[in-house]
Amino acid sequence: MDDPDVAALEAALGEIWAIARRFGLDPTPTQFELVPAAIMYEFGAYGLPGRFAHWSFGKGYYRMKTQYDYGLSKIYEMVINANPAYAFLMDSNSVLQNKLVIAHVLGHTDFFKHNAYFARTNRGMVESVRLHAERIRQYEFDHGTDTVERFLDAALAIQDHIDPHLRFAAAPPTPAAPPRTNPGSPYADLWELGDEATAARDQDAATRQAQALAPARFPAAPEADLLRFLAQHAPDLALWQRDILEIVRAEMLYFVPQMQTKIVNEGWASFHHARILRELDLTDAETVEFANLNAGVIAPHRRSINPYHLGVKLLEDIERRWDQPSPELQARGIQPGSGRAKLFEVRELENDLSLLRNYLTKALVEELDLYLYERQGNEWIIVEKNWEKVRDGLVDEMTNFGNPLIVVDNADHRRSRELYLVHRHEGRDLDPPYAEKTLAYVQQIWGRPVHLETVLNSDRVLFSHDGTKAARTEL
Amino acid sequence: MTDLSFTAIGHDDWSLHRKGPADQQRHQQKIKEAVRKNLGQIVSEESIILSDGQKTIKVPIRSLDEYRFRFDHSSGQHTGAGDGDSQVGDVIGRAGGRKARGAGRGPGEAGDSPGDDYYEAEISIDELAALIFADLGLPNLEEKRQQELESEAVQFVDVRRTGILPNLDKRRTILENIKRNAAKGDPHFGGVIRDDLRFKTWDQRVEYQSNAVVIAMMDTSGSMGEFEKYIARSFYFWMVRFLRTKYQQVRIVFISHHTEAKEVTEQEFFHRGESGGTQVSAAYELALRIIADRFPPSDWNIYPFHFSDGDNLPWDNDLCVSLVRRLMEQCNLFGYGEIREGYRGATSTLMSAFNKIHEPKFMAVTISDKKEVYPALKKFFHDRAVPA
Repeated sequence: MDDPDVAALEAALGEIWAIARRFGLDPTPTQFELVPAAIMYEFGAYGLPGRFAHWSFGKGYYRMKTQYDYGLSKIYEMVINANPAYAFLMDSNSVLQNKLVIAHVLGHTDFFKHNAYFARTNRGMVESVRLHAERIRQYEFDHGTDTVERFLDAALAIQDHIDPHLRFAAAPPTPAAPPRTNPGSPYADLWELGDEATAARDQDAATRQAQALAPARFPAAPEADLLRFLAQHAPDLALWQRDILEIVRAEMLYFVPQMQTKIVNEGWASFHHARILRELDLTDAETVEFANLNAGVIAPHRRSINPYHLGVKLLEDIERRWDQPSPELQARGIQPGSGRAKLFEVRELENDLSLLRNYLTKALVEELDLYLYERQGNEWIIVEKNWEKVRDGLVDEMTNFGNPLIVVDNADHRRSRELYLVHRHEGRDLDPPYAEKTLAYVQQIWGRPVHLETVLNSDRVLFSHDGTKAARTEL
Repeated sequence: MTDLSFTAIGHDDWSLHRKGPADQQRHQQKIKEAVRKNLGQIVSEESIILSDGQKTIKVPIRSLDEYRFRFDHSSGQHTGAGDGDSQVGDVIGRAGGRKARGAGRGPGEAGDSPGDDYYEAEISIDELAALIFADLGLPNLEEKRQQELESEAVQFVDVRRTGILPNLDKRRTILENIKRNAAKGDPHFGGVIRDDLRFKTWDQRVEYQSNAVVIAMMDTSGSMGEFEKYIARSFYFWMVRFLRTKYQQVRIVFISHHTEAKEVTEQEFFHRGESGGTQVSAAYELALRIIADRFPPSDWNIYPFHFSDGDNLPWDNDLCVSLVRRLMEQCNLFGYGEIREGYRGATSTLMSAFNKIHEPKFMAVTISDKKEVYPALKKFFHDRAVPA
């Protein structure tokens, strides 16, 4: 992009901000950067600029760039949740394309600022990530790149398994002191003999005694946050290794809200970029280009859900339904013309799961022609169009970010500090070869034998790895 | 309300930023390492062996997998959106087989197909061959070649002012003379003095003959099935490629035999099945005849190899042993490969006969699986200890 274009874009930037404000948006201050395509793909692969080096990022970078070079896919925008926010524009895009991206980005930074799920993200993450990368480089210097790489391979294999709600876990409730009646008369205990409370208290004492005799279970309750658990409790890890586990966890934690709100966020940004651009003074050619671009971005996909598409349609539907509420909605107190207010409420309170559960209607499922499909033989076939089943299927896909839920059940299995993991099977089987290889990584971190209990084809199966070889047994 | 928005758009120079490519380089390195560890498997990969060995095809190799706990994409239900009129029962795609690999794969699907990792890093067959041959430790063979095939060639390499009269370079002498006279003002030829004389000098150059011929012999009796033929073919493919890197010219003579032997084309060698019994000596005799007729050992490095499943006529074995000894007198080495799919009882009659031969030039291996092709190659080429 040459200088007159950059100047035109800067002028448009001011205008777009003003229009966005008129629509009620309140974005974080955003620093825009024009970058070459290769850099855009690099940031796309890393997620954040300045992250530590790892070959998996290189692979991702190469793959995205290859797809771009073959004209198969294009990243238009890359925005970083920070304060001030950073956004990257491709300098090989046209001015109009970048105007659309700017408008879209302001929708995002507004969302990052106001949505409840982002309330606690680290807005200085770019700096944190740089510090993490420096520490890791130092470890590479101290212990060798190969050693660190092998450990990173293992840590990254389980990076999805963190529990973002950990900070909200309350302290375990202290057992309530058994109620004592006022020790008035010396015969008061006789009155309590037939009392239910007394019976309960005695039974509590009995169970507590039994529990005291039984070995304590560790962890006391199943732990879903594998990274944290391993960082804190894996025997024989050096400090630098625990640090790496915590670094990987912290970086993943940062991305969690973005993963949780993909649909509502992209919907919000797309909803606004269209309206903002319509307010701009565009030439005819630009208008056509915009229409094409917009159509491409929010087009539906046959084999997966396009968050831009679903998000925009949901929001438009909400606005329409709250602007002209049906009798049922009116009965609930919804006033006509409250569409915009409702949208702002959605922007603040909803994530993808809640958005779908609360606002995906039968009419919308049918209008968008959503369906469930599965593999039969060598083909992918549509199997479900009932709206409730489709909605439930969508919700299922998104639960736990589409990852299987693996918990630490026992860190002292067989009384010899073997790690026993359980896959909470909720209808979908694990991919067995991947599970075996990943379990090997877990073993590498834990140091002692590890096990994973799961269900394959309705049979309970136990994967194990003892450091030298993998095993699989039926349970 | 203070305006906190940034009004300028940054436009820096990123040309020195190499983070992505640097990490990708590390990724490529790891792929090469993975290839090296899996050479045994790749060596017998069908897409290589069954290709026409001349073309350089790209061998698709999967990129490194990033393992994690994930659902089996083939099971369970997924969501999608259609054009507006989808029905239950519509087919929306075909699952490409996981083994779908082809040469020169085109660009893969973009974005909308989750799960399958279609990205494949590629390594050309030459790079692959280089990796394999480096592993095989080939220089050992050159020693032998030098010893056996020096031939002397004479070449004039220099022009000097002194020498013997038969080596006089008349043309240059005349030129020098004319130049000298011209310098004096009178260009003509005359008055030759010693200084004008120029002589050609020659050097004895040792030129190595760089020719090799492989005599490929294969048992095509009824007992050699597809698997056996495939193993033999894998072996010959890599051997010929290896020899081609070492010798300028590599010829292959194909001999197939059952109870009789005859020379055939490559096509027939690999594809035609015969039936009937096995008499190995016929092949060896034919080989000796061909060597005598067309490939004098003084000019050719000869590599006879024989593949069979071992079931020879029992009374033929002694004859085979003596024929092998005669062959070894003229050749660089003699290789025998016995292909048995799964172990079937005792060693064959032919192999047990060959066990009596203890010569450095003789090598025998048993192959019962694709995985053993590579170790067999290694054995034939690597274990040639070069005397210090």
